[in-house]
Amino acid sequence: MSTVVGTRPALTWAVHLAVLFLVALWTLPTFGILVSSLRDKDQLALSGWWTALGPAERNVVARAAPPEEASQEGDRWVLKGNVFQGGGKATAFGISSRAPSAYDVGSTVELQGGGTLTLDADGNYTIAYARQPEAGRGQRIFVTSVEPPRFTTENYENVLFSEGLGKSFINTMTVTIPATVIPILIAAYAAYALAWMEFPGRALLLAAIVGLLVVPLQMSLIPLLRLYNDVGIGKSYIGIWLAHTGFGLPLAIYLLRNYMAGLPREIIESAKVDGASDFEIFRKIILPLSFPALASFAIFQFLWVWNDLLVATVFLGNNEEQLVLTGRLRELLGSRGGNWEILTASAFIAIVVPILVFFAMQRYLVRGLLAGSVKGG
Amino acid sequence: MAISSTATSSPAGSSGPGGFFITLAIALIVMIAGIVVSVACAVAVFAALNTVLPDIMLIQAVLVMILGVAACFGYFWGSNRILDTIYPPRGRNIADNINKANGIRPWLFLGPAVVILGIYLVYPVINSIILSFHGPDGNRWIGGANYAWLARDTAFRESMRNNILWLFVVPAAATFFGLIAAALTDRIGWGNLAKSLIFMPMAISFVGASVIWKFIYDYRAEGAEQIGLLNAVVTFFGGEPQAWITLPFWNNFFLMVILIWIQTGFAMVILSAALRGIPEETVEAAIIDGASPFQIFYKIKVPQIWGTIAVVWTTITILVLKVFDIVLAMTNGQWGSQVLANYMFDWMFRGLDFGRASTIALVIMVMVTPIMIWNIREARKDMK
Repeated sequence: MSTVVGTRPALTWAVHLAVLFLVALWTLPTFGILVSSLRDKDQLALSGWWTALGPAERNVVARAAPPEEASQEGDRWVLKGNVFQGGGKATAFGISSRAPSAYDVGSTVELQGGGTLTLDADGNYTIAYARQPEAGRGQRIFVTSVEPPRFTTENYENVLFSEGLGKSFINTMTVTIPATVIPILIAAYAAYALAWMEFPGRALLLAAIVGLLVVPLQMSLIPLLRLYNDVGIGKSYIGIWLAHTGFGLPLAIYLLRNYMAGLPREIIESAKVDGASDFEIFRKIILPLSFPALASFAIFQFLWVWNDLLVATVFLGNNEEQLVLTGRLRELLGSRGGNWEILTASAFIAIVVPILVFFAMQRYLVRGLLAGSVKGG
Repeated sequence: MAISSTATSSPAGSSGPGGFFITLAIALIVMIAGIVVSVACAVAVFAALNTVLPDIMLIQAVLVMILGVAACFGYFWGSNRILDTIYPPRGRNIADNINKANGIRPWLFLGPAVVILGIYLVYPVINSIILSFHGPDGNRWIGGANYAWLARDTAFRESMRNNILWLFVVPAAATFFGLIAAALTDRIGWGNLAKSLIFMPMAISFVGASVIWKFIYDYRAEGAEQIGLLNAVVTFFGGEPQAWITLPFWNNFFLMVILIWIQTGFAMVILSAALRGIPEETVEAAIIDGASPFQIFYKIKVPQIWGTIAVVWTTITILVLKVFDIVLAMTNGQWGSQVLANYMFDWMFRGLDFGRASTIALVIMVMVTPIMIWNIREARKDMK
């Protein structure tokens, strides 16, 4: 395989380049979100994230102080101030919106109502009048400025504390952890019974579980919603934990049973000869040996529950108290559609935990996928 | 359903069909006892601690979390204890007791799983079929009116068309890219790193991916500087910027890209394992015969992994049938991009018509059924 390619250097290069291209396509979108979420929000709104490291050109509209504030200097009346709030470097300026960069910095311009305007590169303006001006609105000044790239964590502070992402983060945690642990426990016992205990109807139960693997979630929503309302569970954490447990169980049982059925028969039989009960065999032998399969399912279920929107929307409330990360993100997409500094930071907060889990536990995820790639979403 | 079907069709364990029902009945009683005791304990502890602990949401959540897990453990431990008390594995009837306990124990182990599967997956299928013959509130029988409505509804037809488009494009594209990525990354030193990175979108939620791609598709009027990558590339090459997700018909493909982006890693991982499992001899024989790398790939390797390709394909197909989050977040079905799952959600939450929503859900179910049957047959073959 590799020897074939090894004989043709040109082909090897092509392979490297092709893979590089694929990797770029698959990582750049996420990278773009990360970079954007760290940029200053004014810069983010005006230029693409790929220009983030270069200086940003920006048009500022400032209004000078009103004429009545002019103070007398010799025989002139003078107004002074700065057009920038945060600092910057002016390259050009103008006094009408039709020609916002008509003049170079340093030049002096005649104003319509009398008086002259001068602007220097640091943004300091001087308006001079020959006699005391009448009261009125301040002169508008259009400035083209070049700013150094600005990076900030302000967007994150903003979304975490004032857009409610922090609260949603905790809600998602509250949903995810029990919804991951409970099905593992229930499935592990069931999988052991299906793998190692003799009882009538075993084959049928197994077939049923394989069938249930692909039942679409959409089927369950309305009947369960009605059931929950009748029973009085309503929209509660208990309800959503059980729902996720139910939807995750077929995959959990299927994965764990296949793994447990592959464990060597001798271990279990010798334990039985020594007088161990099924309960003890399960707890002391099977459970520790099945760790890889348990981890596989745990990471599946974790990712699935953390990333779920549908089940959370249906079985948890849509209010401030119960909104999970995915729900919040969707809501922000609607209400803050153009505010990319909020959306990118929120999206990154929502995806960072699963991505960390993914990289830390990738081995188990791959193993689980290979063992039972039947379930969709 | 699972319990009853096994009960009617299987020969009972030791003492005829009657004995099997007795076994199940005792198992049921012990199970209920176990559940009641463990849940009661958990609730009691919660109530007791709740009076002491400060009223902070996070602490309560952690407490409920721990107690829920503890109650689960408690059930399995407790129900086993109850069983051992009823049939103690000692004394005069030891052999008989152990036999009886062994007949019951599997059902104690399976009990919670079977009950939960029954409530959360089996009952809803039956209930949905019933609901599809009922009116908006789910109480008034209206016969086949929902189906008649569905047959005439233009939005439903649009959803079907889009779903079929998705079905053709997404599994094919994801499998294709996955196969290419698997074949290429297996040949180079940093292949594993590349695989990790291509696989990563798997960990991102559909909503998160929607934000990521909406940013790429972002549109500014012509002349303004584009901050969306796609429009920036288009204008760089002299094209006109477009509001991609509002272009009827074509926007479907821009949404599909998101799912393909997510699923390619999955296809790659599975196919890469399959490629590595191909016997060396077949490849070596081809090399000796002078086959080019492309010939080896398409004529020797791919035919040997058709089975795996089929598995990947069907898995992604199932996912596509249920695609919902992406459409909801990107367009909410506007501009001709509706799909079945989102249309169902629409009728459930905005239309508030449970009958119609159930009918649409059933359509999705019917589309999944062939794959379900195929899966069961494959699985039964494996287990024999």
